[in-house]
Amino acid sequence: MCGIFGVMDKRRQMMDGSGIRDALSMMNERGSGEGAGYVAYGIYPDYQDCYALHIFFDRACESRAAVEAMLEQWGTIECGEAIPTYDQPNLKANCAPWRYFFRPDASLAPGSASPEKDVIANLVMQINAGTTGAEVVSSGKNVGVFKASGWPEDVANYYRIEDYEGYIWLAHNRYATSCPEQWERPDPFNLHDWSVVENGKTTTYGANRRYVESFGYTCSTGTDSEVIAYLIDLLTRKHGLAIDLAIRALAPPYWDEIDRMPEAEQKLNRALRFAYGSATMNGPFTVVAANPDMMVGFTDRGKLRPMVVGECGDRLYIASEETAIRAMEPCVESIVRPAAGEPVIGRVAP
Amino acid sequence: MAKQVKIDAKGMHYTPLNQQIRKAIEDGADEIIVDNVLGQRFIGNGLRGNATIRVNGVAGGDLAMFMSGPTVIVNGNAEHAPGNTMDSGKVVIHGSAGDAVAHSMRGGKVFVRGDIGYRGGIHMKQFETQRPILVVGGSAQTFLGEYMAGGLLIVLGLDGVMKAREIGSGIHGGEIIIRGDVDEACLAAGAKKLPLTEEDRARIAPVIREFAADFGLDAEPLVNADYTRIVPASARPFAGKYTWE
Repeated sequence: MCGIFGVMDKRRQMMDGSGIRDALSMMNERGSGEGAGYVAYGIYPDYQDCYALHIFFDRACESRAAVEAMLEQWGTIECGEAIPTYDQPNLKANCAPWRYFFRPDASLAPGSASPEKDVIANLVMQINAGTTGAEVVSSGKNVGVFKASGWPEDVANYYRIEDYEGYIWLAHNRYATSCPEQWERPDPFNLHDWSVVENGKTTTYGANRRYVESFGYTCSTGTDSEVIAYLIDLLTRKHGLAIDLAIRALAPPYWDEIDRMPEAEQKLNRALRFAYGSATMNGPFTVVAANPDMMVGFTDRGKLRPMVVGECGDRLYIASEETAIRAMEPCVESIVRPAAGEPVIGRVAP
Repeated sequence: MAKQVKIDAKGMHYTPLNQQIRKAIEDGADEIIVDNVLGQRFIGNGLRGNATIRVNGVAGGDLAMFMSGPTVIVNGNAEHAPGNTMDSGKVVIHGSAGDAVAHSMRGGKVFVRGDIGYRGGIHMKQFETQRPILVVGGSAQTFLGEYMAGGLLIVLGLDGVMKAREIGSGIHGGEIIIRGDVDEACLAAGAKKLPLTEEDRARIAPVIREFAADFGLDAEPLVNADYTRIVPASARPFAGKYTWE
């Protein structure tokens, strides 16, 4: 199951986390109390030019020293501090959430079209796959992931997400099928710009993971949302696909649907399916993803998971259930349930 | 005199809400009005008798599951699977509903004025006098009548062209009747379309009149419209799929 929720304000008007917490907790039935998470864009205006690294440390002292040495090697730490947390009776903390505001040294990735992001991506892969007892859970500018093992309200209160203000929020209520104790396992997954929440289970995890790892990504958590985040980064940043084409590569139309398209469209869709056969995701899923400029939602082709979309003024909502949207926006102006293969793409005004 | 009970569901979890509804019915209520409903699940589950439950708001998943007798009227939308394995009684939804409407329904009626999501009428079934009926005023989505084993499913398409494809995927009983023509390409393997005979029309006319009356629609143009009837091509559509005989 799992419940997901996303909201974006097209004019970057800020929303604090309390409404998102209330919306997500409407769907508690979809979770198992073993994981929830939130990600927000726009929360660190004072450090908006730095990459905000949210890191879970198993052992605050030893792990920190090792990670800080690595960071200093690849750039400059502007600020490092514990993420403020507030004990909750139902949450058992087993790691220390920390954050660094970090400036990568672009000269260390010569020849790259996006050197800073390459440095960040490599650092994230190295730390997460390594044995330092550290896990980077988010790594973008002006964005942060807050997650833990517990019910949505407990996780939100543990981080006091009402103290953060963002213009895009994604949230996830986990129905754990493995490793419920690990705090890094619930969605959202983030790699610099992109964050992903997913309701579902891709049956193509192995093929997708091998594909994305062949481009230098390292998947360390065994979770499909991690692979999806890396796939979106690969297709949009490295391969330069527009987001609508990237989504079509990940969740393409069936061959018989392609056969009925006009010729030019057939050519494009065939080319995408041939080029990205190993990136194609199968199985039941609804994915909501965001970067600083947009929020997108799409489902599997057989529509085995729900996706409801609401709009009200400048706000775009995507959720597993209509009631989550109405909890935050009681007078929502439109509610639709897009068909499979009709991605929802909302962009922030430039 | 009819006994009416009002319940304010604002901020209430579904468990105490459904306990209150059940208690009201045990206490002999004829009409239960539930206000400020916001996604509470399982309303009307397993209830018997002939009370009317008015749900004002958005009904949560599995509305009227296993219900046997009562009438549930929703002034708003419903989430997934209203009428799940319902036995008898009636569900009237004045808005739209999510995926898997009338899932495994075995009797009674589900009327939805708006649209329904994917897999409407999945595995509806019938036995002797038990024959479930699902009528959709708006549009239905793909896999309509999936694995359908019995019952009657009508889609009126009042608000535009229906987008459903793979209609009747795995259908092996019952019938799907859709207003207007349906492109052969939208039928799944195992389903075939037939013209609606005058006998068929006479059979569905009372259902359409009842639907029209519930939603204040003009019945006669709907009764006299053109329909496509979709039925199973065989009683064992997947006989050769997993085994070789």
